[in-house]
Amino acid sequence: MSAVEAGAGPVPVSLRRVGKTFAGTSGRPVLQALGPIDLELRRGEFFAVVGPSGCGKSTLLEVIAGLTAASEGSVEFEGAPIRGNVPDGVGVVFQEDASLPWLTVRENVAFGLRRSGLSRAARETRVGDALRIAGLTDFAAAYPAQLSGGMRQRVCIARTLVTQPRLILLDEPFGALDQQTRLLMGEEVLRVWRETGATVLLITHALDEAAMLADRIGVMSARPGRLKEIVETGWPRQRDSGIIERPEFGAITARLWHHLRQESVKALGRAAPGTAEEETAVMGAR
Amino acid sequence: MTLLRLYRWAVVGAAIALLEVLCLKRVIDPITMQAPHLIVRDLYRLLASGRMNGAIVKTLANTVLSLVLAVGVGLIVAALLHRRRTLRDTLDPLFATYYAVPVFAFYPFFIVVFGLGDLPQILIAFMLSVVAVIVNTLNGLDRIPPVLLKTARIMGLGAAETALRVTLPAAGPHIVTGVKLAVAYAFIGIIGSEFILSRGGIGYEISFAYNNFENAVMYPLIVLILIASVVLNSLVNGWERTMLERRGRR
Amino acid sequence: MRASPLRSALNGAMLVVALIVIWQLVYWSVGDSGLSSPLETARYTVALVTREGFGEHLYDTMRAFFIAFVISVTFGLSLGFWLGFDRLSGDVFEPMFATLYAIPKLTLYPILLLALGLGAPAKVGFGVLHGLIPIVLFTVGAVRNTRPILLKTGRVLKLSRWQTVRWILCPSAIPEIFTGLRVGFSLTLIGTLLAEMFASQRGLGYLLMTAIGLHNLPQIMSVTVLIVAFAASVSTLLLWMDRRLHERG
Repeated sequence: MSAVEAGAGPVPVSLRRVGKTFAGTSGRPVLQALGPIDLELRRGEFFAVVGPSGCGKSTLLEVIAGLTAASEGSVEFEGAPIRGNVPDGVGVVFQEDASLPWLTVRENVAFGLRRSGLSRAARETRVGDALRIAGLTDFAAAYPAQLSGGMRQRVCIARTLVTQPRLILLDEPFGALDQQTRLLMGEEVLRVWRETGATVLLITHALDEAAMLADRIGVMSARPGRLKEIVETGWPRQRDSGIIERPEFGAITARLWHHLRQESVKALGRAAPGTAEEETAVMGAR
Repeated sequence: MTLLRLYRWAVVGAAIALLEVLCLKRVIDPITMQAPHLIVRDLYRLLASGRMNGAIVKTLANTVLSLVLAVGVGLIVAALLHRRRTLRDTLDPLFATYYAVPVFAFYPFFIVVFGLGDLPQILIAFMLSVVAVIVNTLNGLDRIPPVLLKTARIMGLGAAETALRVTLPAAGPHIVTGVKLAVAYAFIGIIGSEFILSRGGIGYEISFAYNNFENAVMYPLIVLILIASVVLNSLVNGWERTMLERRGRR
Repeated sequence: MRASPLRSALNGAMLVVALIVIWQLVYWSVGDSGLSSPLETARYTVALVTREGFGEHLYDTMRAFFIAFVISVTFGLSLGFWLGFDRLSGDVFEPMFATLYAIPKLTLYPILLLALGLGAPAKVGFGVLHGLIPIVLFTVGAVRNTRPILLKTGRVLKLSRWQTVRWILCPSAIPEIFTGLRVGFSLTLIGTLLAEMFASQRGLGYLLMTAIGLHNLPQIMSVTVLIVAFAASVSTLLLWMDRRLHERG
């Protein structure tokens, strides 16, 4: 996996005045989930997005991934517009376990190369590399059901890596894991990021996770989600979980919470109808 | 696990032994039933003589035919219904009460329309098994985690590929449950119809033997069917279990 | 499942209407030799039901069915609870019951006839044979699948064994047990009817068989419709109750 020169080439992701509204269906009101949002990612950076529940973080990721079309504004991936289609070169890791339970780990990872048109040998090399990077070589023949939650997420990460994506989107990938595993998985993601040189966008609700992993952190407002603030961490590229010992870490986390607190209170105020509404609206829009 | 299996065989063995004793002691008189070891002997003779081969083939062929039809049609109908919410909601009461209705009640009607051939039986067996396939397949399709379909889109899989490589395997266990039920129902449908009114097949032979007081033919045939259905059921069950275990569900 | 009760009733009504329409269309294409029209069938049904002797047939069927159902429920629940509570016997016997479920019980019919003779005992026997097994299976499942957290709560609250059964296990198991009873109901009915078709001089099943023998189309269809209507309506009622229980439970 080659490293990418910083600064060269088209902007990986560019959002201009992007908004997403879910049309009301029978019994459900029109829901403006997102926007308007302006955002530009820098090439090769690690960008995290935090925000209160229901603010549309996941919707933002789905719009960038091309799984949903934006209702307004323009979304561009490497200069080319995305409209509800998933472009090549984008990898996504979801919060839910997306490993295919009927395939072994190796078959799961190889699944990512279905449409690649590569030769068999090339495919096997890539699969081997991805397994190695994700630390799964010893488990290649196991079935996902035999692995822990953290390992299953690693399978999903490996499956994403195998296509050598230039943009990796992570939607609260460690939400279902315990704290210690989260921290360790965070280090894994950093390692993957450095080795692949891809641009990474991480959605998370855990402030410490965002502060530890990211170069920049976007704080979203309560619904309809807008980017309230972008916090720069200034961490060196070569970092791991030891970064939490630095004094700046506490300051950054405090700043994030300061911005987030007001928004969270707003979101909590309408949490009961709000989040359930958004969930059903999101489900209905599929 | 193997200990349990041992217990089960022991229970079965004890039951058969009890029957044997009751028969030999004439508590059960020979006109009602002959002793188990005699049944086994008669079964062997019957199979060896080849007298029942035609009936066996007929019953089996019809069962397989109805089964294949039921699974094929059932899968397609389930796939179609899964997309059309309104149609599915309309048919829902039908599926829910379906197995409460004695489908055999339609057998006379089919005979009247189609004549006394194989078709009415196959129709009955088909009617019995197809709904099991549809309901279970729909169940399986409902329970596919949306994240798997999202993953398919991320990987750029087309509609056909998604259906074949993701939807079908994901719903696999439930579909196999439907097939398991369909096998049992197809069997019941064919044999039951042969019992009621037929020109051939094992059900007919059993009915004929019963009416002619031929215990030496009747009991072996019954035992034959019991063994066949248990074996079939265990096979499909085993398939279902491997599938579930691999996926970590019991 | 998410449809409102009004919606479901509407769906049901639409379905019935659609079926009658299809029936009429098939009649028009097949003619009198194959089918009896809905109207004709309705007329015949009225005549049949009011005819002398019909009441006795109906009573015969219902009596056998009722007895069979009571026996199935009593033994089914008892067996189910025993197998559910006692781990070992449950592990040994439950799969055997599951296999019995899949066997074409119709094949055991001649044996039952030989053992019980023609008439009511055979009907009851066959009904029980069909209805007992699902009740056992569902009850075992219901008892064994009680969520462990509920049992833990019982221990934390220091409930005695009996109290746990009464206040936690039973209420938690009722929805699934009810499903078993519902399925048992339908299958007992089927078993009773099948028995009547073969070995009885009375009852609805017998009426059906004689109609076949005499090629009496209107009667075939009348009796079929009566049976189907009864089975479907009771089943729908039980299903509605079942769903309510599951929503609450």
